[in-house]
Amino acid sequence: MGWRKVAVVGAGMTKFVRRAQETGKELAFEAAKMALDSCELTLDDVDGVALGSAPDAFDGVHMKGEYLTDGAGAWRKPFMRSYVGGGTGVFAPIQGWYHVASGLFDVCLVVCEEKMSSCQPHPQGAFLTIFDHTTERPLGPNLLWIFALEMNRYMQRYGLQKKDIALVSVKNKRNAADHPCALLADPNITVEDVLQSEVLAWPVQRLDVSPVTDGAVALVLASENVAKRVTDKPVWIKGVGWSLDSAYWTNRDLYYPKYVEYAARMAYEMAGIREPRKEIHIAEPYDPFDYKELHHLEGLLLADKGEAPRLTAEGVTARTGNMPVCPSGGLLGVGNPIAAAGLMKVAELFWQLRGEAGKRQVPGKPITGLAQAWGDLMQVGTVIILGIGG
Amino acid sequence: MSSKIKEYPGTGLRESDFREKKVLFTEWKPNARYAWDAGIAIGRYLAELKEGRILGVRCRQCRRTVVPPRLFCEWCFRPMDEWVHLQDHGVVNTFSLCYVRWDMERIAEPLIPAVIEIAGASPGIGIMHLLGEVDPQKVEMGMKVQAVWKPAAERVGAITDIRYFRPMKS
Repeated sequence: MGWRKVAVVGAGMTKFVRRAQETGKELAFEAAKMALDSCELTLDDVDGVALGSAPDAFDGVHMKGEYLTDGAGAWRKPFMRSYVGGGTGVFAPIQGWYHVASGLFDVCLVVCEEKMSSCQPHPQGAFLTIFDHTTERPLGPNLLWIFALEMNRYMQRYGLQKKDIALVSVKNKRNAADHPCALLADPNITVEDVLQSEVLAWPVQRLDVSPVTDGAVALVLASENVAKRVTDKPVWIKGVGWSLDSAYWTNRDLYYPKYVEYAARMAYEMAGIREPRKEIHIAEPYDPFDYKELHHLEGLLLADKGEAPRLTAEGVTARTGNMPVCPSGGLLGVGNPIAAAGLMKVAELFWQLRGEAGKRQVPGKPITGLAQAWGDLMQVGTVIILGIGG
Repeated sequence: MSSKIKEYPGTGLRESDFREKKVLFTEWKPNARYAWDAGIAIGRYLAELKEGRILGVRCRQCRRTVVPPRLFCEWCFRPMDEWVHLQDHGVVNTFSLCYVRWDMERIAEPLIPAVIEIAGASPGIGIMHLLGEVDPQKVEMGMKVQAVWKPAAERVGAITDIRYFRPMKS
């Protein structure tokens, strides 16, 4: 292959909170500094910074990437901000990966920050502008519409009930009870709680959704020679993939995320994975809504079409199941600071594969994990595969 | 979070801290105004809506007829070949019953956004619009629906020239 091996050698994160007293810049600093400290590197060791953050409209700060640079450790360094909606949190480490894989940098700091709480009265207002300004916005849409339309299509296609899907929310909010940074942990939540929560946009109810959150996460990526000097337990980036579907979202059947499949196939091929269901030991698919975890497991080829709910009901995706899914607690449990939430999933794989996940540790000494994020107008899939050894 | 790390940064605020001004913050209200050009293809779409017709466009290479119309085929990456008048009815591909507005304020009567596959376009090709004159609990996928137009004199060349789609009378 024409690229160098790249390892994750350090990670850090802030608590995920509904509204943080810290500014975005301060959150970015806290996560980035923790990530560097965790592998005993300093800013002098960092050759470049890859930053991920969602639309400037959330913060009301134009050129938010530039605003965040000082907190992200980018002073007088090559800096790049990338953005693909909710897919950003896995897209940013992909940018970091090719900065190192190409030979350009030996150490790249990846920082994802989100401060959604600034937007008043609710960041839904900022989400409005994702719809087409001429053919859709005059209808008065809100972001829940597209999720509800997709969820309903998915449910109808396979004859699923709300209770089949609520199991995901229950699993992830319970998993999050063991995550010290979680906003939405609930060790006692039941399917009934989800089914009785307020209907927002049928079939979406309040506990099907992860709410707006503030927080930041950072990773340190390093080339092989640096990684072997700074840690005994490098976690290698084995494969990356991403794909974007048409913005003409009403011209596609929303029941299946084909673009996620394309992204996954790209990553599996790079990682040499032929049988993902046997070779992926932990999955952290994007779960801003409970049905999305199921939808994405199918797109990632980790479940047959329409079968992800059954795997959930049978406990296969539980932390102690054969294929633990979102052992972190996911967005539904830990929280949903958009870009930071995606990178939190990659950080979770890093800690799980190193055996440092504490109470969240999945049994059986996993060696390979996958994280995925998703976003835009039901449109983008971003996938990263991490592994130890080899 | 790694079990090796014991201290976690980040200070959560309560909604009341903010409401009661127990913490310091600055407010700003942008006055952002835009005028978006409709463009060539959507401009024609809007002009046809004003006439009470739904316009699609066809690519001879992939043989798709799509709506909303576009100047080029994003699959074949070549100019579209012909404008096609579609029917002003179709079937509900998917829908939602939405009880919140864009700012999360609650509403008692749900809005019913839907993707409606337009008759005359290729299978599965739809537009987003609203459903009306229907009991929300009786909406289902596959339901045939008909556009309800504003009177000609009130039409301005906008997607809202169609008020909503209602169930078709058989």
